Amino acid sequence: MGKYILKRVAMAVLTIYLVSTITFFLMNLVPGGPFLAEKAVSPQAQAAMEEKYGLDKPLSVQYKNYMLGLVKGDLGLSVKQRGRTVAQIIATKFPVSARLGGLSILTAVCVGIPLGSIAAFNRGKWADNVVIFIATCGIAVPSFVICTLLLMLFGLKLGWLPTVGLNSVLHYIMPVTALAFYPTAYIARLMRSSMLDVLGQDYMRTARAKGLGQFKCIFKHALRNAVLPVVTYLGPLLAYTLTGSFVVEKIFTIPGLGSEFVGSITGRDYPLIMGTTIFLAVLIVSMNVIVDIAYKLIDPRIKLK
Amino acid sequence: MGNLLDIKDERLSFFTPAGEVKALGGVSFSMKEGDVLGIVGESGSGKSVTSYSVMGLTAHPGRLIGGSIEFNGHRIDQMSEKEMRRIRGNEVSIIFQDPMTSLNPVYTIGNQICEVIRLHTKKSKAEARARATELLTLVGINEPEKRLKQYPHELSGGMRQRVMIAIALACEPKLLIADEPTTALDVTIQAQILELMIELREKLGMSIIMITHDLGIVSSMCEKIAVMYAGKIVEYGTVDEIFYETSHEYTKGLLRSIPKLTSETHEKLVPIEGTPVDMLNPPKGCPFAPRCGACMKICLREMPPYTDLSDTHYSACWLIQKREFEKAAGGEKQ
Repeated sequence: MGKYILKRVAMAVLTIYLVSTITFFLMNLVPGGPFLAEKAVSPQAQAAMEEKYGLDKPLSVQYKNYMLGLVKGDLGLSVKQRGRTVAQIIATKFPVSARLGGLSILTAVCVGIPLGSIAAFNRGKWADNVVIFIATCGIAVPSFVICTLLLMLFGLKLGWLPTVGLNSVLHYIMPVTALAFYPTAYIARLMRSSMLDVLGQDYMRTARAKGLGQFKCIFKHALRNAVLPVVTYLGPLLAYTLTGSFVVEKIFTIPGLGSEFVGSITGRDYPLIMGTTIFLAVLIVSMNVIVDIAYKLIDPRIKLK
Repeated sequence: MGNLLDIKDERLSFFTPAGEVKALGGVSFSMKEGDVLGIVGESGSGKSVTSYSVMGLTAHPGRLIGGSIEFNGHRIDQMSEKEMRRIRGNEVSIIFQDPMTSLNPVYTIGNQICEVIRLHTKKSKAEARARATELLTLVGINEPEKRLKQYPHELSGGMRQRVMIAIALACEPKLLIADEPTTALDVTIQAQILELMIELREKLGMSIIMITHDLGIVSSMCEKIAVMYAGKIVEYGTVDEIFYETSHEYTKGLLRSIPKLTSETHEKLVPIEGTPVDMLNPPKGCPFAPRCGACMKICLREMPPYTDLSDTHYSACWLIQKREFEKAAGGEKQ
């Protein structure tokens, strides 16, 4: 186990190195720069700014400086948000997105797993059809449509829920619902198919032949086997959802990390692009390690090598 | 003393989208306490369906549509699911064909044995564990304490089948159903498992229904044999009667298709020609008639009735009816 984790950490460092290198050069390949949009800047001022952020040096030197800083844990200064470091921006914006994302994944798991299981138990009956319909909608309808529909219905027409910001519990309901819609649908579909597979297994017949009741058969013998595909999906899903959604944050005016991803690219805020990308990469890599360990805990047949 | 198991005219159908599949068309037999009955027949003949119905484990589109099943004084066919659960794994147990997939891969052996003990008895966790150790020793597994902590994938096929037997025996059932318990195992392990079952039967004295298509197993283990074809028992008798006074053409076919060790000349094995009947549209007459070498006109028209050949031996074949009739007619002439 210890050796396995060590190996995974080494792999993670390599992955993150590759991600940051590729991102660095790709980002510099794109035409434009951080100060081009600001028309009023004189050539002298621009030169001074570029010098301050080290953008006047050749690319190879910039790359070396950035990577040296990265090793020390320094993500650099934001070019566009004057006076703030990239680390500060992530530290203030991430908790907001993480809280929202965490709640929506919790919702997705708590709703998706029972929905999928119910569909499997009632295969071919109306309950199954209802779940399949909802799941298909959830996967097909994009989040901005769901956000708009929610806003129109509960914010405007009924006036039940506040539409902007995150000041109270009520504020969370609509963005969490909007964020949870897709993963709920996806988990329900995964769960349905894996539950159907498990219900047909011989050990389920053994469980019934022992005289176990329906409840025990499902909760003890079926669920633990059926939940594995959902766990696989949960790893990357967590990483993406916790770092926020641009669309949902824009629509509900939430100061989260999701807007920074897109904002940093349109504004060519090089250090922030690097910072957010590396942060997401670290999160994905560590979620995958956690998923692998969870796998081992759920299914003893899996060997961690 | 009454019978342990009494099945009378059991009719069971699977209601599939393609139509009603008549899996069992009037099966009757009975067993006394301590009996060992072998049910023989090819795939789809209704062997497993018959025995699963004794446990109320008929798979989904299947439904009992007639007849009665009485086990140890309970009318199985009239019981609720809740009452049934008290009997399953407790008074009747089953060993399945494939030990590789019949144990839940994510729980330890100990967990899966203790589960059934704690379900049907009031034993504490520690007592159940002690009983599980005892059971593993009984089925010939060494280092039982260590095995209890292991997962199914860490055990070999033969070992897993022994665990399945331990689970089945946990509550000392009155009837043990063995559904082709050795089919998925290799030959040396097959012999070990069969030996174990014979030994356990002598020790514990339960009744056994042995479902198989291997006549060799039946002859070494069972006292009585029911030969099934197309959802009906076509011949029933003691082992000697089935092997040496074979009366049904299908049984004769089965016997011709097994190799003999003693034959000196190189005899060719004779397979039974044709394929099993389509149970969606069963024929009007004897279901074996289309494949039978001695088929007569009446065989295609009417189902033959059972003819008693002795107290323990009966068979459903028009040929026997004919022979009996000729015997009677010859007797009159003299």
